Amino acid sequence: MAEILTKSRARNIFYGGSIFFVLVFAGMTVQSHRYVVQTSTAGMPLSEEVVRGKHVWERNSCINCHSLHGEGAYFAPELGNVTTRWGVQDSPEDAFFMLKGWIESQPSGIEGRRQMPRYEMSDEDIRALSEFLRWADQTDTQGWPPNDAG
Amino acid sequence: MKYESQKVAYWYILAALALFGIQVLGGLLAGWIYVSPNFLSELLPFNVIRMIHTNALIVWLLLGFFGAAYFLVPEESEREIWSPKLAYIQLVILLVGTLGAVGSYLVGIHGGREFLEQPLWVKFGILVAAVIFLVNISMTVLSGKRTAITNVLLMGLWLLSLLWIFAFINPENLSLDKMYWWFVVHLWVEATWELVMAAILAFLLLKLTGVDREVVEKWLYVIVATALFSGILGTGHHFYWIGLPGYWQWVGSIFSTFEVIPFFLMMSFAFVMVWKGRKNHPNKAALLWSLGSSTVAFFGAGVWGFLHTLHGVNFYSHGTQITAAHGHLAFYGAYVALNLAVFTYAMPMLRERAPYNQVLNMASFWLMTGGMAFMTFVLTFAGTIQTHMQRVVGEYYMDVQESLSVFYLMRFGAGAAVVIGALLFIYSTLVARRSEIIAPGSANPVPGE
Repeated sequence: MAEILTKSRARNIFYGGSIFFVLVFAGMTVQSHRYVVQTSTAGMPLSEEVVRGKHVWERNSCINCHSLHGEGAYFAPELGNVTTRWGVQDSPEDAFFMLKGWIESQPSGIEGRRQMPRYEMSDEDIRALSEFLRWADQTDTQGWPPNDAG
Repeated sequence: MKYESQKVAYWYILAALALFGIQVLGGLLAGWIYVSPNFLSELLPFNVIRMIHTNALIVWLLLGFFGAAYFLVPEESEREIWSPKLAYIQLVILLVGTLGAVGSYLVGIHGGREFLEQPLWVKFGILVAAVIFLVNISMTVLSGKRTAITNVLLMGLWLLSLLWIFAFINPENLSLDKMYWWFVVHLWVEATWELVMAAILAFLLLKLTGVDREVVEKWLYVIVATALFSGILGTGHHFYWIGLPGYWQWVGSIFSTFEVIPFFLMMSFAFVMVWKGRKNHPNKAALLWSLGSSTVAFFGAGVWGFLHTLHGVNFYSHGTQITAAHGHLAFYGAYVALNLAVFTYAMPMLRERAPYNQVLNMASFWLMTGGMAFMTFVLTFAGTIQTHMQRVVGEYYMDVQESLSVFYLMRFGAGAAVVIGALLFIYSTLVARRSEIIAPGSANPVPGE
């Protein structure tokens, strides 16, 4: 093997192979990008409210306690399917009131239970966030999570 | 220390060690909140502590890589660093950015993409620092001798800096956001950082074992080839459930299975080089960290990664404590331990002193490694139970978490061992001056000599 695989051959395989895989990956990325826009997230329009809700989500760093589609911290419940779990996926009004009630009842102060901080949010921000969560929930995630528990 | 400008690395290592201290203390705090959830809940919420824990880790590892590059490139290229002044400016920018980020997290100013929460000005600062670094180190290499080690190291550092551009791209569509976010996160730790790791490991083994450079460099190219061939399409294992096409389940499963190979090769490489090597280098602690790093990386990144990478398994385990177990051992083995190996090797030279306080240093290795291994085991058990109760039986998250509390208590204990080990490492590297507690044995006689 020592004679066949010289250092310069190993180097050439490394460079050539890497370029090949980068190209394949780039092609699949383009296809995936289209699939997301046209198919998997097309069930609900990406409205201004949803976009605003995503900013609310980011500004409060929700991801560092919760997970969303399974990604994030694992300190608090999964929220990618929370509107299904709450039974409000099809009703913007119910989603808003449910979320508002939840956020405004925090922190629970129960001893020995994880505490969610109290976030001061306008009704517009809460409505945007609930729309964002409804939007995330309608994404075709290949059947994940396995059940409503998330 | 052969070149005066290698001294730059000293300041990078100091900064890295300071952040390492902050990172593990942040981790300990977060671990305590799992045990006692009301602790600090109004003053310093969990999400802020976690941001400090993860961000400090990433920045100190990068500082360590930069420091390692400034240390080893002059030796490899056989010339001084192109501009030590630029290297110091780069360090100042990174430190100002880091302190700025931590400060703004504490007052509630941050982004909301995991690990990329830095305010925009800090992100630009990192970009500027990266450009300064790349110019500086590339000019050094181009005007000196070029070796496979510097080739691979530079390629890794160039690519990871280019990928940082995706930190600025945040699509409004959540699924697209997630897809491009992985271009930074996955293609850093499971592709480009592996190049940096392999190059640094090759340098250390070359110095510590005295094996022929031709042999080391051929191994290096084979290792990094397997890293990129598996790691690039292996990104697919993050694309299973975030709204991307179903074919990623097969592409991700197959290619991320191959991701075990580079870590297996790095471990084999380290041990084979030590067996073949004829040099009896006095810095045994650096050797321990090098072997330890490649071994723990194989288990943490390789074995624990494979454990939940197949899509049929991941469907149930995704986003549970299994992921946390894997994340901790993989980062510790591959990148923390490797950085500590370089620090252990370089610091005595940079401070122009021996002995190395090897006993304390090695004790810190076993404390940290033992603690991390224990943490990984208990989180794996916790994750297994969580997966079953929540994903199979369908019980609610908070109910399941309450039944895991004994594991979180044990995780805190393991974390405390890691913190003590980390502080011991810092102490033995920077403070301890006493001569060796145990005198080193005489060199092993080489058969036939």
